[in-house]
Amino acid sequence: MPLVKNGRITTDLFVHIAEGAELPGDGAILVPAARFLEDPEAMLRRPGKLGVIWPNNRNLDDLVPYLDRLAAVALVFPSFRDGRAYSQARLLRERHGYDGELRATGQVLRDQFVFMSRAGFDAFEVKKDADADAFAETMKRYSVFYQPTGDGRVTALNRRMQLRHSESAGQ
Amino acid sequence: MYAYDELDRTLINERVSEFRDQVKRRLTGELTEDEFKMLRLQNGVYLQLHAYMFRVAIPYGTLSSKQLRRLAHVARRYDRGYGHFTTRQNIQFNWIKLSDLPDALAELAEVGIHAMQTSGNNMRNVTSDQWAGVAPGEVEDPRIWSEILRQHTTLHPEFSFLPRKFKIAITASEHDRAAIKVHDIGLRLHRNADGETGFEVLVGGGLGRTPFIGKTIKPYVAGRDILSYVEAILRVYNQYGRRDNIYKARIKILVHELGIEKFAKEVDEEWKQMGHSALTLDHSVIEEVRSRFSYPAYEKLPHMPDELKQAAHDPLFERWRKNSVAPHKVQGYSIVTLSLKPVGGPPGDATADQMDAVADLADKYSFGEIRVGHEQNLVLPHVAKRDLPQLWKALDRIGLATPNVNLVTDIIACPGLDYCSLANARSIPIAQELTRRFANHDTAEMIGRLHINISGCINACGHHHVGHIGILGVEKNGEEFYQITIGGRADENAQMGALIGPAVPYAEVADVIEDIVEAYLALRDRPEELFVDTVKRLGVEPFKERVYATR
Ligand code: HEM
Ligand code: SF4
Repeated sequence: MPLVKNGRITTDLFVHIAEGAELPGDGAILVPAARFLEDPEAMLRRPGKLGVIWPNNRNLDDLVPYLDRLAAVALVFPSFRDGRAYSQARLLRERHGYDGELRATGQVLRDQFVFMSRAGFDAFEVKKDADADAFAETMKRYSVFYQPTGDGRVTALNRRMQLRHSESAGQ
Repeated sequence: MYAYDELDRTLINERVSEFRDQVKRRLTGELTEDEFKMLRLQNGVYLQLHAYMFRVAIPYGTLSSKQLRRLAHVARRYDRGYGHFTTRQNIQFNWIKLSDLPDALAELAEVGIHAMQTSGNNMRNVTSDQWAGVAPGEVEDPRIWSEILRQHTTLHPEFSFLPRKFKIAITASEHDRAAIKVHDIGLRLHRNADGETGFEVLVGGGLGRTPFIGKTIKPYVAGRDILSYVEAILRVYNQYGRRDNIYKARIKILVHELGIEKFAKEVDEEWKQMGHSALTLDHSVIEEVRSRFSYPAYEKLPHMPDELKQAAHDPLFERWRKNSVAPHKVQGYSIVTLSLKPVGGPPGDATADQMDAVADLADKYSFGEIRVGHEQNLVLPHVAKRDLPQLWKALDRIGLATPNVNLVTDIIACPGLDYCSLANARSIPIAQELTRRFANHDTAEMIGRLHINISGCINACGHHHVGHIGILGVEKNGEEFYQITIGGRADENAQMGALIGPAVPYAEVADVIEDIVEAYLALRDRPEELFVDTVKRLGVEPFKERVYATR
């Protein structure tokens, strides 16, 4: 499964740790939430980057205390129809100020890239190679956005206000 | 009318090009049907019994003549020469080819029309009062807020994959023509004690398998806070709404399971934490949207022009005027409803020629503006009273002057088994039969206001629960049966109808409805007592007796 990060297909430096599997002594790892919560402090002391895979039906409050020490949070789309992780992403970015890697995993298709990126994801485990290849092109599809989100894009409402001001300034 | 600017147009075009690409990937097999399904639904495309069905958005039911002509063109060029106006103020085309859809969408986009979010598990097309902006006594034009919400809900990055579809309706009048109590969120614009406008917010209404009347979650939310408040509701719903069972996934079930107090607390908690963020609407932003609605340059006209006085001698004109023409907020003007319910016709259908003709009449008599109401009729919102007799003649020539608005033959019906793959029974032929039974205008007028609503299955597209008489198709041993409810209503006193007894077979439906109506005529207090009011006063029993005594 290709990983797109910062707009490019890149090698995934994180090793996914399956439920119950042995942790490698060092290196970057992504661990399931339940495993992480067994002993977060111990896991955070381990050398190497740590990321947590957070399921979409689990309250983020349990994760928040550790956010500034995590290198990655991976949110899950069990199917492309299940959009709970969009809310989680926005909460992590906009409410909790999380600024590490925010990764979309599961059923990740090109048709969701724009939504995901607007919600705050910056890394994507993409299901299909062709979709990963089309990432840059897909992200250029839209130039107008109606809603303010944490991605900082100027909304249509605000662009109109700016246009108005510059028009009236020119008069 | 609201004028789309360059930004709105750019977004619609970008959406068309995305969809063109999605259709192409489907046709080459790059997308599976399962993946494509969600994407096509987000663009209003269903796979139906015979063909793809295409649902086009008419946000808050407002159309320009140019847009209506373009819909006519799409009907003619890509479909079979007609379209079907729906209870969600949209239009559906039933016979369109998948490979033609991107072109049809591109042609619609040229006049600012799209099909975004007319289906799928997202925030659907925002609906409103079809008399918005012209109804006397309205607090203010609710379409300004509908438009703010339309923009906010379009391609929303957080809420495009909700547990289930999500519908918002807005009214600003005391008399609710937008059925806000049977929507996921209902918004009632009103003034607080300080004279500021804001919203009563209702949540959790809806029809379908488990019907509920919406409950008030907050009596007053200031206009500037409406986006953040709606966003808070949606965020709670997105996270906690059930996804294990599509029948339980609507917000009404969440509200019901938690109870409105608990749900309201969750929403308030979320709302507080959102802070007064980028979603708070500045006064200038609201005014910017308001400024893009243009209103006709009304003339100063007499309240009762000579043309109208003269025409009043013609009983046929008067018959039409009485139920099709409503008071306008500007003196000398009227709001005219065009019945899409001719005797023997499928409710809500209009031919391409009729659409073109209505567009011409709108240019001539209504400042180029048309509305679509949830009763599946069209409206010309700004007709000078002096023009009414001419307009009536012109409408009669194109078959749109049936004098039955709000009468027993002004039936709301879903497509049922004739088109819909989910149907258990036919709806349209029942409606057609009933319009023939009650074709006599004098009888219909004597009966008075009576709404019949028909759905071909439990999904309730025909809003049968809230029909004064509701007819619901069910299947029993492979045969079409119909459950009949009475006493429902969709206005400010919205209520679900009550079942009168066992379902009846197809062949008996029209007789049963006639029995109910006869019972009403015998039971009503006085001629002004409406059918629903008689049912409210007496309950179901006397009607039940009349219907089942002889069966
Ligand atoms: C022919 C294709 C159609 C299909 C496949 C279809 C499908 C559905 C389904 C599955 C639901 C139930 C959703 C739920 O559980 O709440 C529904 C509800 C609804 N449909 Fe349709 N429908 C069709 C046509 C129409 C038409 C023609 C209208 C308008 C006349 C319409 C208006 C509605 C409305 C208003 C509801 C909402 C009832 C509520 O408040 O919950 N639909 N439709
Ligand atoms: S009520 Fe049922 S039969 Fe009628 S259109 Fe809706 S889904 Fe189809």
